[in-house]
Amino acid sequence: MGRYVIRRLLQMIPVFIGTTFIIFAMVHALGDPVAALFGDKAPDPAVAAQIRQQLGLNDPLIVQYGNYMKGIFTGDLGTTFSGQPVTELLKTAYPTTLKLTLVAFTFEVIIGIGLGVISGMRRGKLADTGVMVMTLIVISIPTFVIGYVLQYLFGVKWGIADATVPEGAPIQSLILPGIVLASVSLAYVARLTRTTIAENSKADYVRTAVAKGLPRRRVVTHHLLRNSLIPVITFLGTDLGALMGGALVTERIFNIHGVGYYLYQGILRQNTPTVVGFVTVLVIVFLLANLLVDLLYAVLDPRIRYA
Amino acid sequence: MGIHATEVTAEHGRGRTADSEDAPLLQVKDLHVEFRTRDGLAKAVNGVNYSVRAGETLAILGESGSGKSVSSQAVMGILDSPPGFVTGGEIVFKDQDLLKLSSEQRRKIRGTQMAMIFQDALSSLNPVHTVGTQLGEMFRVHRGTSKAEAKKKAVELMERVGIPAAKERVNQYPHQFSGGMRQRIMIAMALALEPDLIIADEPTTALDVTVQAQVMELLADLQREYNMGLILITHDLGVVADVADKIAVMYAGRIVETAPVHELYKRPAHPYTRGLLDSIPRLDQKGQELYAIKGLPPNLLRIPSGCAFNPRCPMAQEICRSEVPPLHAVTEADGAPIEGRGSACHFWKETIHG
Ligand SMILES: Nc1ncnc2c1ncn2[C@@H]1O[C@H](COP(=O)(O)OP(=O)(O)OP(=O)(O)O)[C@@H](O)[C@H]1O
Ligand code: SF4
Ligand SMILES: [Mg+2]
Repeated sequence: MGRYVIRRLLQMIPVFIGTTFIIFAMVHALGDPVAALFGDKAPDPAVAAQIRQQLGLNDPLIVQYGNYMKGIFTGDLGTTFSGQPVTELLKTAYPTTLKLTLVAFTFEVIIGIGLGVISGMRRGKLADTGVMVMTLIVISIPTFVIGYVLQYLFGVKWGIADATVPEGAPIQSLILPGIVLASVSLAYVARLTRTTIAENSKADYVRTAVAKGLPRRRVVTHHLLRNSLIPVITFLGTDLGALMGGALVTERIFNIHGVGYYLYQGILRQNTPTVVGFVTVLVIVFLLANLLVDLLYAVLDPRIRYA
Repeated sequence: MGIHATEVTAEHGRGRTADSEDAPLLQVKDLHVEFRTRDGLAKAVNGVNYSVRAGETLAILGESGSGKSVSSQAVMGILDSPPGFVTGGEIVFKDQDLLKLSSEQRRKIRGTQMAMIFQDALSSLNPVHTVGTQLGEMFRVHRGTSKAEAKKKAVELMERVGIPAAKERVNQYPHQFSGGMRQRIMIAMALALEPDLIIADEPTTALDVTVQAQVMELLADLQREYNMGLILITHDLGVVADVADKIAVMYAGRIVETAPVHELYKRPAHPYTRGLLDSIPRLDQKGQELYAIKGLPPNLLRIPSGCAFNPRCPMAQEICRSEVPPLHAVTEADGAPIEGRGSACHFWKETIHG
C-alpha cells in the first residue's frame, strides 16, 4: 500500500506539469495581457513595452513557464498585475469555495444516497417513481437555471434564504447555494445508488444473509448497503472535483467571492499568474481527491489490494 | 415368542416417541409455487410431496429448471417474492405448518433449525466481510454472543470442517480461500447452530472433481455426527449413490419417482428416471454413443397436458396426453409392496417389470 501511494504520487508529477503547461499556454493564447490591463483605452506603446519587459512577457513561452514553475516550488505563485501576491488571493478565495463545496457534498451524500436507498428498496412503487422523475428533471435542467429559479423563489419572492451570500460566507447562507451546486450530482448519486441496490438485492450473498435468519434490517445494513455503496463512493470521490468546478458557476449566481470569482476576474484581465495559480491548486486538489478515492476503494473492497 | 417380543417393544417405542421419532422431521405436502412474471404464470412447482426424517438423506434429482431449487427455497422461506408465490400445500416442520407462521417466526427458524448450503460459495459469501465475521454473525444474531466469543466459535467451526490454520485464516476474506475451502466455510455456517435440517443445493457442482468427493464426504460425516436431516439437491446421479438414503426425481415441478437409492439404480419405475440413468457414462460401455433423453424440458408457462413428460417419452400412449398420472405405489410383480417406492407413470408396471 505504501509503495502504491508513492507510485501514485510520482505519477502525479507529469500530470501536474502537463496540465499546468496547457493552462499556461491557453491563457497566453487569450491575447495580450498588457492590453487588457488598460481596458478599452489603447495603451501608450512605450509604457506597454516597458511593462512587458518587467513581467518577462517577451521571453519565449517555455522560458516563462520555467520561471513560473521555479517560483511554485519556492511557494511563490507570482503576483497579480496589480501587485498582490497570488497566494494572498488563494488564501481568501479557497476557504470560501471549500466551504461551499463541503456543504454541497454533504447534501449530495445524505440526500442522494437516502433517496437512492428508498427508491432501490421500493422499486416500481410510488416513492421510486417520484425519485426517478424528480432526478431526471434535475439532470435535464442546466444548473444555472435551477440556481436562478431557486434564488428567485427562496431568496427574493419568499425571503426564506439569502439571495446573495454576504462577505465571509457564513454557513447558513451557503445552504441554498449548496443545494443548487449539489443538485445534479445528487440526482446522479440517487440513481446510481438505486441501481446498485436493486442489482445487489438479487445477489447470492444477500440470499445467504436471508437464509441465515438475519433480521431484514441487518440484511440491508450489513450486507446489501455495504456492498452497494462501493461504486457510489467511487463516484462521490471523482465527483468532488466536478463539484469544485461547478462551484465556480454557483458562486457567480449567488455572488460568492470564492475561487470562481477571482478566476473569472483573472480571465477577464488575462492575468496569467492568477489564472494559472488558481487552476494549479484546483488540479492538485483533484489529483489528491482521486488518490483518496482509490485508497478508500481498497479499504471498502477487500478484493482490491494495491501492490 | 421372539417375534412377539419385538412387536411389543416396537409398539412401546411408537407410543413413547410418536411425535419426535416416527413423525418425519419435514413433510412437504402438495406444494405449489408459481412465478408471476411479465411473460405469464410460470408454474415452477406443481404438487410436490416428500418427507425427511432426522438422520436421513433425501436426494432431489432432476434436469435444470425442474423446480428443485424453488421447492427448497419455499421450504426455507427465502423464495424471491415477488415474483414467486407459494400458492398451495403444507410444509410441516417439527409438527408445525411453516406456511401458517409469521415471517418473524420463520426467520427465527432459519439458521437455527434449518439451514441451507448454496452452490457457488464465492458469490454466496459476502465479499466485504471476513469469513470470521460471517460465521460469527450466526452466534451474534441468534444467540446474542459477544464479539470475542463469536470469533472463538468461528475458529472452532472452521477447525471442525477441516480448514487448516483456522486461527489465522478466520480474519481472511472469502476470495482468499480456494473453492473447496470456501464450500467448507458455507458448510460450517450452515452447521453453526446445529440445525435439525440442512438443505444443500448442488453443494459440489461448482467444485473440481477431486474436491467434490472430499466436500461430499465431509457433509455426510457431519450429518451422521449430528443426526440431521439432509436434503441434497443435484443433477448428478453419481454424487447421490453413495450418500443418499432415498431419491426423489423431479420433472416439471412434480415428483415423478421416489425410491430408496439402490432400488432406483437397479430398476427405475419411470421412463424419465430410466432415461437419466441411461445417460450416465459407464466404463463397461466405453466407446458407445451416450444416450440422451430427446427433446427439451417443458416450458413452464405451457406445461403439456396429461403427463408432462409425454412429448419426450418413448413409451407414451394416448392416455398420457389426456390424464395426469398420480403417484402410484410401486409393487413387486406379485403385488407385494416395496417400501418407499412410487412412480407417476401410467405404465410404471411395464417400466419396472416389463
Ligand atoms: N426469480 C424467478 N423469477 C421467475 N422465474 C423463476 C425464478 N426462479 C425460478 N424461476 C422459474 O422456476 C423454474 C425452476 O427453477 P429452479 O431454480 O427450481 O430449477 P432447478 O431445478 O433448481 O434447476 P437447476 O438445476 O438449473 O438449478 C425455472 O425454470 C424458472 O423458470
Ligand atoms: S405416463 Fe406416459 S408419457 Fe408419462 S412417463 Fe409414463 S409412459 Fe411416459
Ligand atoms: Mg437449482
